[in-house]
Amino acid sequence: MKRVVIALAMAGAATILATPAAAATLDDVKARGVLNCGVNGQLPGFGMPNPQGVWTGLDVDLCRAIATAIFDDPTKVKFVPLTAKDRFTALQSGDIDVLIRNTTWTLSRDTQLGLNAAGVNYYDGQGFLVPKSLKVNSALELNDAAVCVQQGTTTELNLTDYFRTNKMRLKTVTFATLDEALKAYDTGRCDAFTADASALYSVRPRLSKPDEQVVLPEIISKEPLGPYVRQGDDQWFNIVRWVLFAMLNAEELNVTQANVDEQAKSQNPEVKRLLGTEGNFGEQLGLTKDWANRIIKQVGNYGEVFERNLGEGSPLKIARGLNSLWTKGGLQYAPPIR
Amino acid sequence: MAQETRPKPVSIAYVRTAPPAQVAPPMTAHGPLRWIKENLFSSWFNGLLTLLVIALLLWIVPPLLRFLVIDAVWSGADRTACLPSQEHPEVGACWAFVREWFSFFIYGPYPVDERWRVDLFFVLLAFGTGWMLWLNAPRRDLGALFFFVALPILTVLLLRGFPLLGLPIVDTTKWGGLFVTLIVAAVGIVVSLPIGVLLALGRRSDMPAVKLVSTLFIEFVRGVPLITVLFMASVMLPLFVPPALSPDKLVRALIGIALFSSAYMAEVVRAGLQSIPKGQYEAAQALGLGYWRTLALVVLPQALTVTIPNIVNSFIALFKDTTLVFIVGIFDFLRTIEIARIDPRWATPVTSFTGYAFAALFYFVACHLMSRYARGIERRRSAAERR
Repeated sequence: MKRVVIALAMAGAATILATPAAAATLDDVKARGVLNCGVNGQLPGFGMPNPQGVWTGLDVDLCRAIATAIFDDPTKVKFVPLTAKDRFTALQSGDIDVLIRNTTWTLSRDTQLGLNAAGVNYYDGQGFLVPKSLKVNSALELNDAAVCVQQGTTTELNLTDYFRTNKMRLKTVTFATLDEALKAYDTGRCDAFTADASALYSVRPRLSKPDEQVVLPEIISKEPLGPYVRQGDDQWFNIVRWVLFAMLNAEELNVTQANVDEQAKSQNPEVKRLLGTEGNFGEQLGLTKDWANRIIKQVGNYGEVFERNLGEGSPLKIARGLNSLWTKGGLQYAPPIR
Repeated sequence: MAQETRPKPVSIAYVRTAPPAQVAPPMTAHGPLRWIKENLFSSWFNGLLTLLVIALLLWIVPPLLRFLVIDAVWSGADRTACLPSQEHPEVGACWAFVREWFSFFIYGPYPVDERWRVDLFFVLLAFGTGWMLWLNAPRRDLGALFFFVALPILTVLLLRGFPLLGLPIVDTTKWGGLFVTLIVAAVGIVVSLPIGVLLALGRRSDMPAVKLVSTLFIEFVRGVPLITVLFMASVMLPLFVPPALSPDKLVRALIGIALFSSAYMAEVVRAGLQSIPKGQYEAAQALGLGYWRTLALVVLPQALTVTIPNIVNSFIALFKDTTLVFIVGIFDFLRTIEIARIDPRWATPVTSFTGYAFAALFYFVACHLMSRYARGIERRRSAAERR
């Protein structure tokens, strides 16, 4: 009996010693043969399964892009659905390799949680939904309006801040859940409904007259959503951030899923460096030369992924807005590959 | 013979010679009217209650029927089918949406090509449960062996996969829907009864150490909400043990649920043990039975019979509690509906109601079947006692 206990204890100790610290996530992933990616299980357009059980969404496709860069196979991802509460512990404990779950990049998360945001794959922000019949064109005309909002969220806080800074009177009507707030707005208890803009678009079809609602142009808070990784593994951090940058650069250089083979013969030095026909940039990351080529061919560039999940190709029909490339008046800007 | 010799009775005008024709009892003393009077209007207060209930039913049932059946949309390709239109000004439940997502409700994100494995699991589970629940079934000892030993092993091999047999591994993050609900409930129910019995015995034991440990466990687990147990199991555990040793997310939740329901079951069984008179123990001892045989032959059969309603009560509660596993990111049946209802392809004002109505229907039918079965067992037991 005693010997069994000692053997077990030694086996346990060996396992603990064999477990690498935070470093070398890439080697772990390669050894495992699959990328563990933490996603949102139920956010249309970002991460949710379809009736056949296939995961879809902007965040989900970024997971696939990372897996493709490593394995040349977008199916080598294990999607771990996480709630807002357990997402950070799942990353800290090593249950997942990267967290891409519409997580807002903030200072305290970068400092206190031992995590780092590796970029922004969607610029979100709080907006307002109003009925067209209200004949309001700007949030600044909402003086004295009753606004439906979910209780106890930063959304509620941003709302009161915005009205106070603009010296407008506000009547908030708060509800415990988003569903209740939406229902109240639909039955006419409020003049406006506020939530993150991406959420406004996804809940709009649930209203009884979705065509008679309009999202106002003002965005009153900054919610940059992006992938998170553990601190202390710079190689892995670089891979995640540059996969995203490669997808953005590809859109900027007009390299698409359809024309990537043609573009590989291009003489444009930027395209050549992106697709690995010149230089060894992929190898510097710990990947292969054609890493970006694989991503574009099997997943697509940022614009294609956006259109498919959130834009005109999806039921959400979200305009690119802030998420347009910097060349088209948006904020999406990727440093050059060189 | 004697009658014929007797002289004919003298006819007296006021004495009937033949019985009168039978008159039916008054309307209020028999038939449906009497039933109505006795059961519904036996006093003015009961009459008032009856009227109130009828009013309530009239208020609830017709709109419900109209929503769920008459105005319901049964087929369609996307949300436009469930939106009010010219020929359909009122739209009820959007069953077309349930139809499209139905396979997801059953299998969750389980890969489509492998779903036959889940079907096979359903068949095996139904077979095993039927064998165990049908009291007159032949060879119930074999049935128990199948249910408690073969079925769990087969389930793991079948659902998780066994590459040597050509069954590719399907990770538990891809499990979901009805079959996960059934697994969680079945594990909770099957594990909690034996552990609960042991804990209850431990708590009534004369050995102080056993008693202390059992009491501490029961009181500690009962003093904490299930959500906390699940959180501890799924969030804290991986922080303490190295990743290689930490069990699968679903297994963590299963352990949490099993421990939790065992503690409750222990108290239910203890109540049954308490109700057995001391004379029964003494009589068993007088017959020369030891501790375990006293329990197995005399005490437990009586104690468990007494507690059947309470045991089933905790099973039903447990079955509904399984929905809490969603907070650790497991797609149980209710969660799959919650996911589907926000699908923008089907988003309409009625989609959420339809999803929840479907869930309510499912949980009602499942719980009702359980309580019907328990009532059947109780009747059988009480008939046996009268004999």
